[in-house]
Amino acid sequence: MNWFTKTFSSTIGRKLVMSITGLFLCSFLVVHLIGNLQLFKDDGGLAFNVYSEFMGHNPIIRTMEIVLVLGFLFHIYDAFVLTRRNQSARPIGYANSHPEENSNWSSRNMGLLGTVILVFLIIHLYNFFWRARFGELSIDAGGNPDLYIVVKESFGLWWYVAIYVIAMIALAYHLIHGFQSAFQTLGLTHKKYTPFIKSFGYAFSVLVCLGFAAMPLYFFFFE
Amino acid sequence: MVTYPVKGISPDMSFLEMLDVLNEDLLLRGDEPIAFDHDCREGICGMCSLYINGRAHGPERGTTTCQLHMRHFKDGDTITIEPWRAAAFPVHRDLVVDRSAMDRIQQAGGYISVNTGGVPDANTIPIPKTIADKAFDAATCIQCGACVAACKNASAMLFLSAKVSQLAMLPQGKVEAKTRVENMLAQHDAEGFGACSNIGACAAECPVGISLDNIAMLNREYISAKATSENVA
Repeated sequence: MNWFTKTFSSTIGRKLVMSITGLFLCSFLVVHLIGNLQLFKDDGGLAFNVYSEFMGHNPIIRTMEIVLVLGFLFHIYDAFVLTRRNQSARPIGYANSHPEENSNWSSRNMGLLGTVILVFLIIHLYNFFWRARFGELSIDAGGNPDLYIVVKESFGLWWYVAIYVIAMIALAYHLIHGFQSAFQTLGLTHKKYTPFIKSFGYAFSVLVCLGFAAMPLYFFFFE
Repeated sequence: MVTYPVKGISPDMSFLEMLDVLNEDLLLRGDEPIAFDHDCREGICGMCSLYINGRAHGPERGTTTCQLHMRHFKDGDTITIEPWRAAAFPVHRDLVVDRSAMDRIQQAGGYISVNTGGVPDANTIPIPKTIADKAFDAATCIQCGACVAACKNASAMLFLSAKVSQLAMLPQGKVEAKTRVENMLAQHDAEGFGACSNIGACAAECPVGISLDNIAMLNREYISAKATSENVA
């Protein structure tokens, strides 16, 4: 192994990959949320369909899509490797342990929360991304493929809405620890900025997940 | 796990004195005493350990097991005592674990190289008080291993970060800073400790209050060392 692969396979190196990909994925959440807010527009989904058509064909977006997939893959792969390593670092556990006395539940269960999000991601991609890209969609009044109707139909199912809400709760807890933890891993701590990063990360996690969860709930109860 | 009844415990006894009473009783009955680590019994040597009722060094914060008193428990309580659990800390016997993995991390770079000679004059190297205080705070690590014991990942990152940043903050330590952090982390990983996931259990259970800021500093040191050191192997 050369110095580069050694660096990124060390414990700190892998955490660096986790933090950089994690913050990148946070930036994706912002873009995804802002774009999807068009679902709330009362125009029968015309604006949303223009947007989804644009996202499916713009070359810059298509390139970023590859970067995004790589971001997910590195984040998941390193999480897997680190979890295996961390488990083998304590082959015999404690008979009596009270971690709740010294740490938060979400910080200790990032792997579990991440797995819930991954399962959700697969369902979510299959239902919307796959059908928008490879499926046969009807054409709306504006002449664009009607992804809006797929969204509307999906969010009319109670169990589908439940999956979304549960996944967003998991994502919120994942981000509450992950956002500020990424800055700690990158060594970006300072008494002037860290309190702001922590409060911002908390607000970010809650607001973004509330925003996403509002979409299926809105369709289920009001459309 | 074995349960022993212990009698005649005063609330003023330390936790280790309670174990002494138990061992005396076991010896008188012709049984084997329970092996546990201890030395100074003043909270400064880092020799005592023990995972008591699910917490490293017991239920009190900012204290070692030797400074934990029996008044924090109730008469008739059943107290569970376990050794530190980590692949890098093999159990020698009963409650005694081998913590030499931490010594090997220290030997990999936790020092400064100085030629022998006359004693340098005091204050020839100016160090601001704030920096000196921070370096001293990091230097208070007694290498007891509670951070590893409390960490969900059995990571020794808090210990390692204290040793790295203590020297990295001082002019004498800056000379070898890059090789130090590279070698010490390589040794940490080779010993089979886990990775840090910023849970904070280590700092919460640390008997001397080593701060998580040291881990952030370790990360900064490691990133800059890896990016700029001469070591390409």
